[in-house]
Amino acid sequence: MPSFRDIVRRIDSIKNTQKITKAMQVVAATRLRRAQAAVQATRPYADKMIEVLQTVSERATEYKHPFLVRREGGRAVMILVTTDKGLCGAINVNNIRAATRYMNEHYPQGQQYVTLGRKGRDFLLRYRRNVIAEVSNLPDRPSPGQVLPAVTVALEEYTKGNTDAVLLCYAKWISTLRQEPTVRVLIPAEIPKREGGQEGPRADYIYEPEPEAVLDGLLPRYVETQVFQAVLENKASEYSAKMIAMQNATNAAGDLIDSLTLYANKVRQAGITTELMEIVSGTQAVSST
Amino acid sequence: MSYQLRVVSVERSLFEGEVDFMVANGAEGEFGVLSRHAPMMTILKPGPLRIQETGGGPEQVLFVGGGFVEVLPERVTVLADVAEHAEEISIEAAEEARRRAQEKLAGTLSAAEETEFQNALAMAEARLRLARTRRS
Repeated sequence: MPSFRDIVRRIDSIKNTQKITKAMQVVAATRLRRAQAAVQATRPYADKMIEVLQTVSERATEYKHPFLVRREGGRAVMILVTTDKGLCGAINVNNIRAATRYMNEHYPQGQQYVTLGRKGRDFLLRYRRNVIAEVSNLPDRPSPGQVLPAVTVALEEYTKGNTDAVLLCYAKWISTLRQEPTVRVLIPAEIPKREGGQEGPRADYIYEPEPEAVLDGLLPRYVETQVFQAVLENKASEYSAKMIAMQNATNAAGDLIDSLTLYANKVRQAGITTELMEIVSGTQAVSST
Repeated sequence: MSYQLRVVSVERSLFEGEVDFMVANGAEGEFGVLSRHAPMMTILKPGPLRIQETGGGPEQVLFVGGGFVEVLPERVTVLADVAEHAEEISIEAAEEARRRAQEKLAGTLSAAEETEFQNALAMAEARLRLARTRRS
């Protein structure tokens, strides 16, 4: 049986761990709020971008940008967004699993990966997947300039004809308790339809330069924006998951402390009882003579 | 006569409101937009974006590092790649960026790198020009 002191020492160590997990939970909660604000801030640009694309694609109907053309073939580049740090529940495992499963199902022939985040990179390299570009150690509020070079690599692969599709996988933020791994097709690009069959402004544009050049500039930007948003949303998901994971850890530590305290008290009681018995039997032995 | 102007970059929304007049640096030269301008869609080059808000007040200047402008009769939208208010420009950072771009351009480069650094140089120079005219 462990001694009373040993158990107390264990309780103290768990209390220290609990303090750390509690602190991490609070930090994650603050960062979650900031990450959500960052996601919100990109909305106007993305919404406007879609609006403009809708109008332009309605005008330049005869022109087919390569990003809009569906290619036959079983090769794809997957842009996988993960976190850099652990201690955030299952979101990385879920993302990686969703991404690799999707790739194996739909694109068994030619798989390439671009990773944004250290966890995804480490996993894919360990399993000898073909990682063509990676960015890791992104700050909490990454600038587009930090994320986009890796995306450009994927787009170039497509332009050169080395791949038939570009996909994106990230953890979609649904609520603090729920994040869902989501796979999206970036290329061939789908421009979302206008809601409720609304007509766009009827006037014809003056294009400067030609509509083709404008569309050429807009489409890569559209794809990049989606990736950038996904990175920010994945950050929000990361901190939600971390918050929950740390809360669970804090609770588990509390339970463990309770049961250990109970055990420590029992051990102490047992010690006192044995001592008393010894004294009593000692005095009995003395008085009986 | 005024119209709605909205300037957004990937990271944030920089301006939203009623304006009388704006001047931007388009792919084929500077252009101004008054109300009821013909619908137009154009690419922006790095440069200043000058805005005259309705109801007077001094002219506002933003730096835009490339992007797109959609002009409709009642509404204009600027989708900027990078954008900042003129007061936010850091002259030191811009000078540093210009020096780096010039150094790179002096060496031998692939065509893609060439355009990349030309663009970086153009951005740094546009930033500097804007910051200097504002402060002098």
